[in-house]
Amino acid sequence: MGFLIKVWAIVVKDVAAELHTREMVSAMLVFSVLSLLIFSFALDLRGAVAQAAGPGVLWATVAFAGTLGLSRSMAREQQSGCIDGLLLAPVDRSAIFFGKALGNLIFMAVLEIVLLPLFSALFDVPFLLPGVLLVVALGTLGYAAVGTLLASIAVNTRAREVMLPVLLLPLAVPLLIAAVQATGGLVEGASLGEVGGWLQLLVVYDLLVVAASMLTYNYVVEE
Amino acid sequence: MPMIEVRELTKSFGPRVALANVSFLVEAGEFVTLVGPNGAGKTTLLRILATLTRPTSGDLLIAGLDPTKAGEAVRQRIGFLSHRTLLYEDLTAEQNLRFYAQMYDLADGPARVGELLERVGLVERRHDLVRTFSRGMQQRLAVARAVLPRPQVLLLDEPYTGLDVDAAQALTDLLGELVGAGCATLLTTHDLERGVAAADRVLVLARGRIVHDEPCRAIALATFSETYRTLTAT
Repeated sequence: MGFLIKVWAIVVKDVAAELHTREMVSAMLVFSVLSLLIFSFALDLRGAVAQAAGPGVLWATVAFAGTLGLSRSMAREQQSGCIDGLLLAPVDRSAIFFGKALGNLIFMAVLEIVLLPLFSALFDVPFLLPGVLLVVALGTLGYAAVGTLLASIAVNTRAREVMLPVLLLPLAVPLLIAAVQATGGLVEGASLGEVGGWLQLLVVYDLLVVAASMLTYNYVVEE
Repeated sequence: MPMIEVRELTKSFGPRVALANVSFLVEAGEFVTLVGPNGAGKTTLLRILATLTRPTSGDLLIAGLDPTKAGEAVRQRIGFLSHRTLLYEDLTAEQNLRFYAQMYDLADGPARVGELLERVGLVERRHDLVRTFSRGMQQRLAVARAVLPRPQVLLLDEPYTGLDVDAAQALTDLLGELVGAGCATLLTTHDLERGVAAADRVLVLARGRIVHDEPCRAIALATFSETYRTLTAT
């Protein structure tokens, strides 16, 4: 119970800090809308092209905007040495991972709540289907989890802004491929059963990342 | 039982030895000042005691507990004031302390937070963001954060930095109360006069080694300053 209370305290703290500044979510939103416009002009996203390219554009946008948020979230902990304050707390350090990952998941979810209707409306691609929402939830969970773990590593390096995408994107490739394939199949009318293999890959990826993070986070954050 | 027990502690960063075979004890209710020149290893030593850095070799017990085996129990007993504030600048003073009160499972969290804000003179600014505070105000809040969990062991790295005369005196009074209540306190400072005046014992750390250990009551400041210069001369 104490573990969960501390996880929740970290989530509430991150949300409160963001509500005071609004700099992380607003940067993610602005970046997403701009990349949407760039993709739209570059690929001429209309009709069949939008149907085919839309899932890839959506996940590329979520991944890059998510990286921005993950980087900022850990930078906030580095400011004034706050990460030391967390590490000094009498709690299993996996609680820090879960608190930070859950906070990052919330910020990415806020982004997607804006992004999905916008994508659907602009490109006439049905992203607001229950199946697609399930894929988005699984994909975002995995991305936030692996991103939180790697942001915790990157934040202690000198080139921390560059290091996070360099570490994160290669490790997120299986997740992004599965998410794009599953989303693509669903918007083209496939059933959940027909994209079941990709969904299973997403679930396995999420479980592996969360388990690996629980086991390794203490070593990741310790000097 | 000693509250801090350090035996043959060594810390290396690659080929550079930051601490070499450091040994000392701090008893409950004892106030020890650790002085030394820049780069002597004071901050590294405090970070090891606070369980933030792992030593390369040697033994460490906090309140009789081994941090490698009982990390959470050890951290519950430690208050740590770093040369950084460990405060979230995008949260208010009260939000910062309430967050840490939750992380330490304080049953009387809100009351304790109110009491400490009053104590450090920030009750009027409790709803202001920390980034709007001056350096001295941030340091006062950092002191409140460090003593929030009623620690049995207090580790203070240059706690007087940025404090004005009144705030420094208030901190000295607060430390006196904590030591009187049995808190083992280890403080690093460059200010020999203040360090010697407040403490029961003074340790001199130079080039990663404890080179002097003396009770403060036996110290005449002028003589000690000369001894310190000799001991720390490169």
